[in-house]
Amino acid sequence: MSEQTMQQPVAPTDGMPIATPAADEHTHGGVHDPNLHHSPEEIKREVRIYLLVFGSLAVLTGATVAARYLFDLPMGYAITVALIIAAIKASLVACFFMHLLSEKKLIYAVLALTAVFFAFLIWLPVHDMIDKMGK
Amino acid sequence: MDAHAIDAVADHGHHEIAIPFNVTPRPDTGVYNAKLGIWLFLASEVMLFGALFSSLILLRTGAPSWPVGKDTLHVLPATINTFVLILSSVTVVLAWANLRLGDLRKGRIFIGITLLCGLLFMLIKAYEYSLSFEHHHFPSTNNFFGIYFTMTGLHGLHVLGGMIVFAYFLTFGSKMWKTEPARFTNRIEVVGLYWHFVDLVWIFLFPTLYLL
Amino acid sequence: MALKRQVRVGNQWMYARDAWRTLEEARRVAHEEERHERQHELPFLRKYVFSTDHKVIGLQYGFTALCFLLLGFSLMILMRLQLGWPGHAFSVMKLIGEMRAPGGVLLPEAYNQLGAMHGTIMIFLGIVPLAVGAFGNYLVPLQIGAPDMAFPKLNMASYWCYVPGGLIMLSSFFYSGGTANSGWTSYPPLSDIATHGQTFWLCGMVFLITSSLLGSVNFIVTIIQLRAKGMTFMRFPFFVHAQLVTSFLLLLAFPPLEAAAVLQLMDRLAHTSFFLPTGLVVSGQVLGNAGGGNPLLWQHLFWFLAHPEVYVLILPAMGIVAEIIANNTRKPLWGYRSMVGAVVFLGFMSFVVWAHHMFLTGMGTVISAFFQTTTMIISIPSVIVLSALFISLWGGSIRFNVPMLFALAFLPMFGIGGLTGLPLGLATADLHLHDTYYVIGHFHYVVAPGTIFAMFAGVYYWFPKITGRRLNEFWGKVHFWISLVCINGIFFPMFMQGLAGVSRRLYDGGIQYAHAKSIAEQTNPFMSICAIGLLAAQIPFLINFFYNAIASLLGHRNEIENENPWHATTLEWAATTSPPLAHGNFHEVPIVYRGPYDYSVPGAASDWIPQHHETEAAPPTGGGMLPAVAVAQREM
Repeated sequence: MSEQTMQQPVAPTDGMPIATPAADEHTHGGVHDPNLHHSPEEIKREVRIYLLVFGSLAVLTGATVAARYLFDLPMGYAITVALIIAAIKASLVACFFMHLLSEKKLIYAVLALTAVFFAFLIWLPVHDMIDKMGK
Repeated sequence: MDAHAIDAVADHGHHEIAIPFNVTPRPDTGVYNAKLGIWLFLASEVMLFGALFSSLILLRTGAPSWPVGKDTLHVLPATINTFVLILSSVTVVLAWANLRLGDLRKGRIFIGITLLCGLLFMLIKAYEYSLSFEHHHFPSTNNFFGIYFTMTGLHGLHVLGGMIVFAYFLTFGSKMWKTEPARFTNRIEVVGLYWHFVDLVWIFLFPTLYLL
Repeated sequence: MALKRQVRVGNQWMYARDAWRTLEEARRVAHEEERHERQHELPFLRKYVFSTDHKVIGLQYGFTALCFLLLGFSLMILMRLQLGWPGHAFSVMKLIGEMRAPGGVLLPEAYNQLGAMHGTIMIFLGIVPLAVGAFGNYLVPLQIGAPDMAFPKLNMASYWCYVPGGLIMLSSFFYSGGTANSGWTSYPPLSDIATHGQTFWLCGMVFLITSSLLGSVNFIVTIIQLRAKGMTFMRFPFFVHAQLVTSFLLLLAFPPLEAAAVLQLMDRLAHTSFFLPTGLVVSGQVLGNAGGGNPLLWQHLFWFLAHPEVYVLILPAMGIVAEIIANNTRKPLWGYRSMVGAVVFLGFMSFVVWAHHMFLTGMGTVISAFFQTTTMIISIPSVIVLSALFISLWGGSIRFNVPMLFALAFLPMFGIGGLTGLPLGLATADLHLHDTYYVIGHFHYVVAPGTIFAMFAGVYYWFPKITGRRLNEFWGKVHFWISLVCINGIFFPMFMQGLAGVSRRLYDGGIQYAHAKSIAEQTNPFMSICAIGLLAAQIPFLINFFYNAIASLLGHRNEIENENPWHATTLEWAATTSPPLAHGNFHEVPIVYRGPYDYSVPGAASDWIPQHHETEAAPPTGGGMLPAVAVAQREM
């Protein structure tokens, strides 16, 4: 395949085995990374998954609008339902479109750390507000 | 003994220092540089939009009364926009799939569709804003509109930013396919991740502002 | 059978004849490269202005930041003149314009402008770019054995976002209405209704935050991905750990301030009311805005960044001090692993202490107790690091050169700064001390004789690496001693003032208040004299610095005995002195075999073994540098 014979000049790989194109294909430089699978069948299978996810996202979008218009829920429940549907949609985008399901531990670690700080940022200021309002 | 040349002279005769793991992943971390880079950047974007969501929650909780989204804003254009963004997320990932199959033509078509979706999003948003202005709803009207315009506006700027990058890859940027196709494919993957994130933010923005 | 003798070229043993062939090949390739280089020499703009080389960018950051630091310091001198002798006319005051200082007497409005800009310039335009942009950019790739940063063009973009950001902020000096004047903290509602300068401040901040974000992504990817073979995380010089944690702080803490800046811009330009409460009255008139806003929202978002920001200010400094102490005691750091664990823990905790800046905003007891607890907990890792550095001195063969003097001074100075932070972190004690000079004394101790001394230490220490010349030791000592005495003279009395109840940000230094008058009158003139002394103490440094920098630029390099004058073990000393700009950093990519501080290893031939040396044989007299002879083979 043409893309494998054209490579940038090999950078100093600090002594680690230089991955040849052929080796890359099968060993992926020693790392199991489904994203490096080049076989057309694998990719076509992935495309089918993408289209399935697209369908689910469209359905869920309709569902979230419908939930709001069809049912007259009290605000607390309405917020919960909306956020749950949003979380499901977000998970679909993240796991399949962004390949988070097959990502590396390093990326998971960065995201976990961010999630913790995000939680503090969301919770603490409003908790301060609630605390004051309660008095 | 193998010592490698540090200075690799790329085709334009520029002194380009060859950076390891630009294309092939580093074995112990399993990622290539830009992949880690974009996820770090997205982490910071999570904090950016998180701060705005936090502001929204704080302002809303502290407000004696707060307009109901679905009665105050224009839900139909926003719903259409939601579909448009989701579609664009699919097209960008299909672009990447095609590039991995070595098909530049189809890849570029899908990048083009993504760009068009982005443009459509911005046009519908402009229309939506104009509807609000007609009703004399401005950012200064109250904090609901203030936070609505600010959050959707900042999100819109991010959409615009993504569009600029896609336009670049459709034009000047695609030259890289001839010399370093794997690196070009990675670049589309990376901008695709950014684009999915922009879609993600909208997935939360839409119900929070428009429905609740 | 007689064994043929072997000679060693680089890391390789070979027979003499092969070595001869190797040298021939090396000479041939060197000529070819030189010729190639002359053909592809970069134009001046690409090489020195819009460079993508981390060393050039580091120097750009360093020079720009030092200029900003001097500017910020000069603003403070003007303020101290006013504080020491309130209402007196000073001809030097006229430098800031007749409108701000009619007849040479500083106006209160102008005092506020100077105050806000002093803080902003020192923190965002001075220290962070110097500590992270300059030292970090220059040294981190070298210390981990990388050819450059992971994203060289992004690195260039970071610098060129920083400069416009700074210029935008400073340009407001020249407009009517002046600069921002609501403190570096820009609290609304005051900042919402302030003059145009505040808008410039906000726009400038957006540029600076962008620069910072791009930089932090670059640092983290570089440190994780581009380290050389054998460079495991626990073999990093402590400086690299400090920079890694700092980069995470910058990455995740800055965005909320960016969001807050956007909200404040909306308040000021689009007349929203995010931070403006309902029914706000300004100068007797009701502000006709929609209201419903919350000034505390700004404070939460601002301090969410600004607290991690202070750890951004101190961590690189700790890193520098650790390097210099290890080197000048000729022994490894005590408790390296604890120090690493401590800074990681510190980085994490720094995100959950921010509201200790808000104890007096009427927070409930639960939330106050939460933040008080986390603040007390966060003092522990600082103590661990400081203690480890102190204990590292025990049993060392201490060399009292200028970098070491500054590094040693850092320890008690940071100790005082840290200890005085404790009463501020306790909500009840803070009731009395908040917004007084005690706070100013506390944070200046940490940043001024703390971080800035560490920066000086770093400049003296790495100057030979960058320029091939050593700064003059005698004048360095003059600089050090006078600075040390004067800086304590300025900031120590502030604790006394604060305890007596002298508020901060007072134009006259407190003499208008009965409870503050006598202590203010007794201490302020003395402190101002010390400030002038501190300014004077920088003159020998400036002369020393420029003299040697210019001499180096003119080609008078290598006046030091070898290229590693401090006999340091870390990798940056293995690269050539003043690594040729726009080149790769190392002739041969280093492989790391040992930890960062193999000083005085028992049984070794000398008291130091560089990280890239496999055996314990004495480092070559070339200073542990990787040999210049290496066969370069191009791989296509």
